Amino acid sequence: MSIFIDNGTRLVVQGITGRDGSFHAKQMLEYGTQVVAGVTPGKGGQAFEGRVPVFDTVAEAVRATGANTSVIYVPPMLAAGAIYEAADAGIPFIVCITEGIPVLDMTRVMPYLQERGARLLGPNCPGLISPGQSKVGIIPGNICAPGRIGLVSRSGTLTYEVVNQLTRNGLGQSTCVGIGGDPIIGTNFIDCLAAFQADPATDAIVMIGEIGGTDEQKAAAWVKAHLTKPVVGFIAGQTAPPGRRMGHAGAIISGSSGTAAEKMAAFESAGIAVMKRPAEVVSLLQARL
Amino acid sequence: MNLHEYQARALLKQAGIPVPDGDVAETPAQVEAIARRLGGPVVVKAQVHAGGRGKAGGVKLAKDPAEAAAVAGKILALTIKGLPVRKVLVAPAADIASESYVGIILDRESQRPVFMVSAAGGVDIEEVAAKTPEKIVRLAVDPRYGLLPHQAATLAFALYRDLKQVRAAARIMEQLYGAFMANGASLAEINPLVTTPAGEVLALDAKVVLDDNELERRPDLAGLRDATAEDPSEVRAREAGLTFIKLDGNVGCVVNGAGLAMATMDLVKYYGGDPANFLDIGGSSNPEKVVNALRIITQDPNVKAILFNIFGGITRTDDVANGIVAATKQFPVPVPIVIRLTGTNEREAVKILEAVGMTALNDMDDAVQKVVALVKEAA
Repeated sequence: MSIFIDNGTRLVVQGITGRDGSFHAKQMLEYGTQVVAGVTPGKGGQAFEGRVPVFDTVAEAVRATGANTSVIYVPPMLAAGAIYEAADAGIPFIVCITEGIPVLDMTRVMPYLQERGARLLGPNCPGLISPGQSKVGIIPGNICAPGRIGLVSRSGTLTYEVVNQLTRNGLGQSTCVGIGGDPIIGTNFIDCLAAFQADPATDAIVMIGEIGGTDEQKAAAWVKAHLTKPVVGFIAGQTAPPGRRMGHAGAIISGSSGTAAEKMAAFESAGIAVMKRPAEVVSLLQARL
Repeated sequence: MNLHEYQARALLKQAGIPVPDGDVAETPAQVEAIARRLGGPVVVKAQVHAGGRGKAGGVKLAKDPAEAAAVAGKILALTIKGLPVRKVLVAPAADIASESYVGIILDRESQRPVFMVSAAGGVDIEEVAAKTPEKIVRLAVDPRYGLLPHQAATLAFALYRDLKQVRAAARIMEQLYGAFMANGASLAEINPLVTTPAGEVLALDAKVVLDDNELERRPDLAGLRDATAEDPSEVRAREAGLTFIKLDGNVGCVVNGAGLAMATMDLVKYYGGDPANFLDIGGSSNPEKVVNALRIITQDPNVKAILFNIFGGITRTDDVANGIVAATKQFPVPVPIVIRLTGTNEREAVKILEAVGMTALNDMDDAVQKVVALVKEAA
């Protein structure tokens, strides 16, 4: 078991013939993901890598292949349109890798998805991987290993750093999810924590947050009230100055709100073990398993 | 992207919001001419991207054009929070009967634009929110339908009782919402929204922050960026496609990915060092980006050592190694470099570095401890 994706995931890649889309589609195929279709308007009828059929629209791809998950690698000004299209085609799980989507676009996308019961992961996220089963997005497969730790993070490369520590020390993962660094995202910490709590293949959870917003504080309260599995947490940005956007659009301390100290305190009061540095993830988890 | 007050006022004016006359100037002589044209007492305000302008002496009243020129001379000589004042706004000193606050933020929680209005205006709204949250009325707008008439009225009634003023304020709410959406803002605020003794409702000061992600499709807005109001190293970094924020420490950091970059700075601090910057070279691994990163960091005289922390995924570590080698051939790097790299093409990267006598570490903690030790030795 795992969360959100598994052996039954049938993936359509939106933007499969683009520079990023084609590179990562190849990587996903090599990992063993069932990439059943690609979409690039105007390139319908072609075959990607000689084996994946390309369609003009997502609706055609779904009708022809039974795709149940989509991943989006299209430029930022076209990405909201790609999300609408996937939801309209009835895809229940949409992963958007694209960085740089205007936030006002996302305020309109979110209610559209809610009306159709679709879940969005991202945007501006590395996607997710259920090691040994399926990978959707850009997380390097070679640093992951199958196992029983669930990981959820707002970051990309910091996630790889932590996953690498886990794998090297024999702690495999059920699913690793990158929820993205934007202010408005489709799937938040609590959504992932709830899924991990319900997943019998997950024994413990690693949560990697960062400065900006209050998602971590809310997640901490949820952990306290609902979660029975052990949780280990990290917050990046203790040295970040207020009022500056630290790379991620959502990583900004506004006034005195959204600081690392505030989030770490919330973690501690919820019984989440707080890592002082990424390498501590191993010892903190081992003490709780 | 932060706009100057004079730019924000212009956007509000375009949307039809009543904003007092006024103009921007760069010399005392220009200020004097504007003050003469406006007539009567004026206020001269520093145009810098820093809060607390008033406390820093950047906002002054002047009773006539000569005094306006004199205070402008002083303000234009100021440096506020490290930023030199190059422009001032000159506006009539308004007679004020009451001050309110009106703002729209993009709220992460409701995932909608949210109005915040308060009859307690003219002060720091964060302070009001922290101490007396009951004095702020909040209202989330569904962007599919926009601000509905009864919502605008509700917000206006939270500020005024006089029906003429309520109508004027409701109209301003609609106009402000229009400006917020039309310009892709993440914050638009009028503080204060004032009433005059004659009963008029006016926007006296404006603040607008635009979503950087809008700028690609809005060259007109991108043109509002004032590069002279930013740190020159940050301007160079942006032009080179790097995300860079200058800090006060002495350990230069070059990292791929924003989260890892923050965690690296934190680890430098954890081991007793002080980061000189935040720098994310991004997901692609163009060696030229690495060259530019090193060029910008070596220009900071505070930097005593440089740390590379690269976790190769999409970023190929051999590309980064090639960039480091290329940079050291193009210009002198006068401080030691500590390199940590792991992931994609790690073996090739190590070979490239070893060929020029450099070494690479594999572990993040080891690398950070080493660079902190080097800086302490140099001190």
